[in-house]
Amino acid sequence: MKISKSPWLLHYDASSCNGCDIEVLASTTPRFDVERFGIINTGNPKHADIFVITGGVNEQTRQVVKQLYSQMPDPKVVIAAGICACDGGIFKDCYNVSGGVDTVIPVDVYVPGCAVKPEALIDGVVKALAILDEKREAMKNHAVCEVNYGGKTKEE
Amino acid sequence: MNNMVFMILIIAGYLILAPVAGFFLEGYDRVISSRLQRRMGPPFLQPVYDLIKLFEKQAIVVNNLETALVLGFTIFTIFSGCLFFAGGDILLVFFAFSLADMFLVLAASSANSPYSSLGSQREFVQMMAYEPMTLLTAIGFYMCCGSFNVSDIINQDVPAIVRTPGVFLGYCFILIIKLRKSPFDFSTSHHAHQEMVKGLTQDIAGNVLGILELGEIYEEVFLMTIVVLFFIWKNPLSYVLGIAVALLVFFIMIVVDNVFPRVKWEHMLVSSWGVTLSLAGSNFLILTMLKIARI
Repeated sequence: MKISKSPWLLHYDASSCNGCDIEVLASTTPRFDVERFGIINTGNPKHADIFVITGGVNEQTRQVVKQLYSQMPDPKVVIAAGICACDGGIFKDCYNVSGGVDTVIPVDVYVPGCAVKPEALIDGVVKALAILDEKREAMKNHAVCEVNYGGKTKEE
Repeated sequence: MNNMVFMILIIAGYLILAPVAGFFLEGYDRVISSRLQRRMGPPFLQPVYDLIKLFEKQAIVVNNLETALVLGFTIFTIFSGCLFFAGGDILLVFFAFSLADMFLVLAASSANSPYSSLGSQREFVQMMAYEPMTLLTAIGFYMCCGSFNVSDIINQDVPAIVRTPGVFLGYCFILIIKLRKSPFDFSTSHHAHQEMVKGLTQDIAGNVLGILELGEIYEEVFLMTIVVLFFIWKNPLSYVLGIAVALLVFFIMIVVDNVFPRVKWEHMLVSSWGVTLSLAGSNFLILTMLKIARI
């Protein structure tokens, strides 16, 4: 069985203007019924497999993004949703904006758009699921996590 | 000797078949819930996929004690089920079952997360609310069957429900709390996003969460088996009746879950104790007055 049959989602707003957040949340409402694919929007990083971030990450959210990422158990994928999350967007030159999620944590899928279109987001999630399966296979072969966590892991 | 072999076979059957029944119940729950919300819902086997995924994930362990305590929860839940299916003392079964839940509370409170400790405190309140009724359920079986042993309870001339309808209804009420269904899902919920994220299971991740979910599946099956027990007498066909009623009760639980919003803990405590006192209490009073209790 593939691990991508049960992807649990964590959504975080790293200083987005809320445009992308509305689109992300809209695509997880009962109307679009993402539970058909086993997707659950969990608020808990420790239960999540996919990390969807919106916004360009400012100085206040930088630590939070790092911490959320480190709290997610492997295998995990990160989706940068919206152009701000991809490279900072129109806020790129602001003094307090890092300019994209990948300045803080590794990103697997970039989904551009202002705001991100639900179709594009779903496309991105499908791509992310394929990467999730790949990462699981890599984990099986190496049995070691590539990422160094702050906390204790079972392998240690 | 033959008896011993038979018992071992029954326990082995329970260990293998209970997850099958549990996954059926969970799948049934999720599909019916989504249909009630006008959605397609996940595939019927989604709970199986979820569990397999959890076992394939890395465990981020906040402290080693937590893993041991979660294991304790699962082992004692399975143990109480084994004791029950071996025809053991139902009082002992319920005590082992409470102990399992205690392990879960300790696991949650051993983590430093405020959500987790809030969840464990709320689980204590839930235990306070349902524990009197579980004890009275055991006493109810004793009053109508003259024995605490499950093997005696299933060999009566009339099913327990005839003498203890009040106890049955009271048990169904606390089943909402035990199954973590909506008006009373304080400590944690199967649904996403509540006011304290995941509460009790906040700090339990990866394959340790998988062990916990496995325990919860055994727990669910055990709880529904008690419903079946109310409808069993000497006739082997009564098992079919019991299972049909259990499925109906489970369906009502799903509807309740989808209809009612979460209440405050005071409301849960007062209502569950009120139901315990009025339904089970009046049931016992009538049994004693009519002198049809078998003690």
